[in-house]
Amino acid sequence: MKFGILINEGPYTHQASDTAYQFVKAALAKGHQIHRVFFYNDGVNNATKLTDPPQDDRNIVNRWADLAKEHKLDLVVCVAAALRRGIREDNLAAEFRISGLGQLVESGIQADRLVTFGD
Amino acid sequence: MSEEMSESGIVKKFMYVNRKAPYGTIYALESLEVVLIAAAFDQDVSLAFIDDGVYQIAKGQDTKSIGVKNFSSTYRALDDYDINKLYVQKESMEARGLTDKDFLVPVEIKTAAELSALMEQQDVLLSF
Repeated sequence: MKFGILINEGPYTHQASDTAYQFVKAALAKGHQIHRVFFYNDGVNNATKLTDPPQDDRNIVNRWADLAKEHKLDLVVCVAAALRRGIREDNLAAEFRISGLGQLVESGIQADRLVTFGD
Repeated sequence: MSEEMSESGIVKKFMYVNRKAPYGTIYALESLEVVLIAAAFDQDVSLAFIDDGVYQIAKGQDTKSIGVKNFSSTYRALDDYDINKLYVQKESMEARGLTDKDFLVPVEIKTAAELSALMEQQDVLLSF
């Protein structure tokens, strides 16, 4: 099955991004495809390279980037939501790209299921 | 991109479920932004307003004293984008003392059961 993923909450405050990450990993392990991971609302905060958690905690941003590199995932950050929250090309983490909301709608059209994580 | 989509000929049923008050959080505004973009994709779009989401389309919004932009008039523009399936959940409306006369735009009032049946028919549900 081809999944589209929508993440609507930022890292650490909510578990949404962690759960989405585990879901994507599990889906890939089962041989499913991930059409795209789209970051919206505070979810855009998953894409800043300035994130620097304590050593003994997971780095949610880098973890997404590593998974994307390994599986050629398309990690897309909504431009309007990102600019509102101070996320732009110069502080964007590796493997993420900034684009428009059309990418979310397209994922809803192209994927067999669009799965939302976050409130 | 919308041209590409029309060429692909895929038309899916998208329902945007709006559950939150218009102010206090950004969900209502950012949901509306998706709806407006989605309009360009020639999909079968509907909007549902439930819980405090029914306040998003309530008449007489005035945000002057909270310093936030009043975006409620944008809902009136939806019809220009051929988005005219707007559903208000009856129970949510009644629990808040609202009637079908209190909305900025023409809506259909649906019971929770009716709305549930409509949701069952959707291909994509986006809930904000």
